[in-house]
Amino acid sequence: MPVLWQETLRKIDDYHWEIPLDYKGGMRVPGMIFASESMLNHIWEEDVFQQVANVACLPGIIGYSLAMPDIHWGYGFPIGGVAATRVSNGVISPGGVGFDINCGVRLLRTNLTEEEVRPKIKQLIDELFNNIPSGLGSTGKIKINEKELAKVLIKGSYWAIEKGFGEPEDIIVTEETGCIEGADPNKASSKSKKRGIPQLGTLGSGNHFLEIAIIDKIYDQNAATVMGISDIGQILVLIHTGSRGFGHQVCSDYVALTNNTVKKYDITLPDRQLACAPVQSPEGRDYLSAMACAANYAWANRQCITHWTRESFIKVFNKSRRALGLEQIYDVAHNIAKMEEHTINNDKYKLCVHRKGATRAFPAGHPDIPDIYQNIGQPVLIPGDMGRYSYVAVGTEQAMKETFGSTCHGAGRVQSRSAAKRALKGNDINNILLSKGITVKAGNMDSLSEESSEAYKDVSEVVNITQQTGISRKVIRTIPLGVIKG
Amino acid sequence: MKDFEIFNHTADTGIIAYGDSINKAFANAAKALFSLIGEFGNDTEKILHRDIVLTAPDQESLLVKWLNELIYIFDTENIIFTKFNITKLSKTYLIARSYGEKIDSSRHQLKNGVKAATYHMLKIDKINGYRVQVLFDI
Repeated sequence: MPVLWQETLRKIDDYHWEIPLDYKGGMRVPGMIFASESMLNHIWEEDVFQQVANVACLPGIIGYSLAMPDIHWGYGFPIGGVAATRVSNGVISPGGVGFDINCGVRLLRTNLTEEEVRPKIKQLIDELFNNIPSGLGSTGKIKINEKELAKVLIKGSYWAIEKGFGEPEDIIVTEETGCIEGADPNKASSKSKKRGIPQLGTLGSGNHFLEIAIIDKIYDQNAATVMGISDIGQILVLIHTGSRGFGHQVCSDYVALTNNTVKKYDITLPDRQLACAPVQSPEGRDYLSAMACAANYAWANRQCITHWTRESFIKVFNKSRRALGLEQIYDVAHNIAKMEEHTINNDKYKLCVHRKGATRAFPAGHPDIPDIYQNIGQPVLIPGDMGRYSYVAVGTEQAMKETFGSTCHGAGRVQSRSAAKRALKGNDINNILLSKGITVKAGNMDSLSEESSEAYKDVSEVVNITQQTGISRKVIRTIPLGVIKG
Repeated sequence: MKDFEIFNHTADTGIIAYGDSINKAFANAAKALFSLIGEFGNDTEKILHRDIVLTAPDQESLLVKWLNELIYIFDTENIIFTKFNITKLSKTYLIARSYGEKIDSSRHQLKNGVKAATYHMLKIDKINGYRVQVLFDI
């Protein structure tokens, strides 16, 4: 085992580092890490290379096992990992999507400015906190039975719109229009449904949040204008949550199932959490149908939360929805597997692209992105930590060439939750944030310290690497004004 | 012999549980799981119980399934368990009765949402008794 990353990695250029095929037996493709030299020491200490190399052992993987610059150690797949497998003879790995299926980010713009919102931020945060169920063990305000849940699983955002949670325009600017095809509720266990029914319309806990953000930099005025962003100081809303207990159970069920069937398909893996099944096998197809259910649940969830966000703004500012703006800019999934067509060396392939803590970043002109973004590329939403920045970028041709149309998803952790907790108490974090002019309300203030700025990489460093390598292009930067957390 | 230890990785948290028998090690793994979920004092009552019967192709999978079953019951019924009687445990099946009570927010402090037990770093060793290791997605 080499003792230094310098002995392991092959430097391609300042931001591309290859893990060669001979790093580990069983690798079918090399690994490729998008990082700066200064980031590599930390990545090495965490032994993430091993995880990137393990993913490279998946049958049917093509190109590289990719690590985005927010890469960090995960259970099995690294977080910030992208792996594309051939649909014809490759596999789908439930662990390669993760437990929080379609964890993602939604961004709304407002017509409000910092001057208008800052004096009312406490009231606004209180109202949002009361109106949007959040926290550990939280259950939703939406009462549904199993029959109705099946509709949620099949229709995703459409179900929410039909029930009055939001507007049809929201769907147009949601990845997959908020409803991925192939969802079959019969492929999701009764346990997943039992967990899913009471949790629909909840933010959850952990790193999930809703943030009121202020635009503090515009890098690409043209793209910003297309997104309805006019000025520095304009207020945006970021919503980060996923498929809650429903998705967690779907993942648990299918990791267990595929662990039982790897032998049947003669698959040898370096880590059981990478358990997988051929994309075209009954188990692979069943997982994809259940995953689609969870993805649709997550889109319905973010759609309901969007509606309550609008309600809260209307109440606090006593203005109409139209006067306030509150239109959706975009919604991305960052834990998902997608069937996509990609061109490699002039050959077209149908691929199953696993993005675990990575965001799709399709370029201008791609048929799968909304008409309004055809000239600028798909919006990419990259939240940072509570105390620093978040970014909005757009997808690029370079991403299609290098990363199967993918880029980073956030800052990436550098400190464990307990280390972050030891370093700072929840109340200290609250005071630090208040001194920066950021109002936070959390169900459990103690757990706030787990999400401190110090626990995360600087998202600016991460985004700069995606900019330098061209796999996404910066449009704006925001700073937080208020945050609600579970 | 201590019942269990917690270890931390960047994004997730794991447990190592001990026991002079494998049944005891599985019971202590469950105790460790609930120590991650929250702080429940000694006054947590054992007024409710749930019987759990599981099968799996091997003992490591059984351990993951056991912990995931408890997460499932916690998530759907809000029951925190503090006592675990594992009456039968082989390589491929488990029969247990778990005791606890419904969450009472005036007495119980929840800490972490535990999404699932994973197969990553999963280990069962027999050295001076039993030692089991599980990593959770938190």
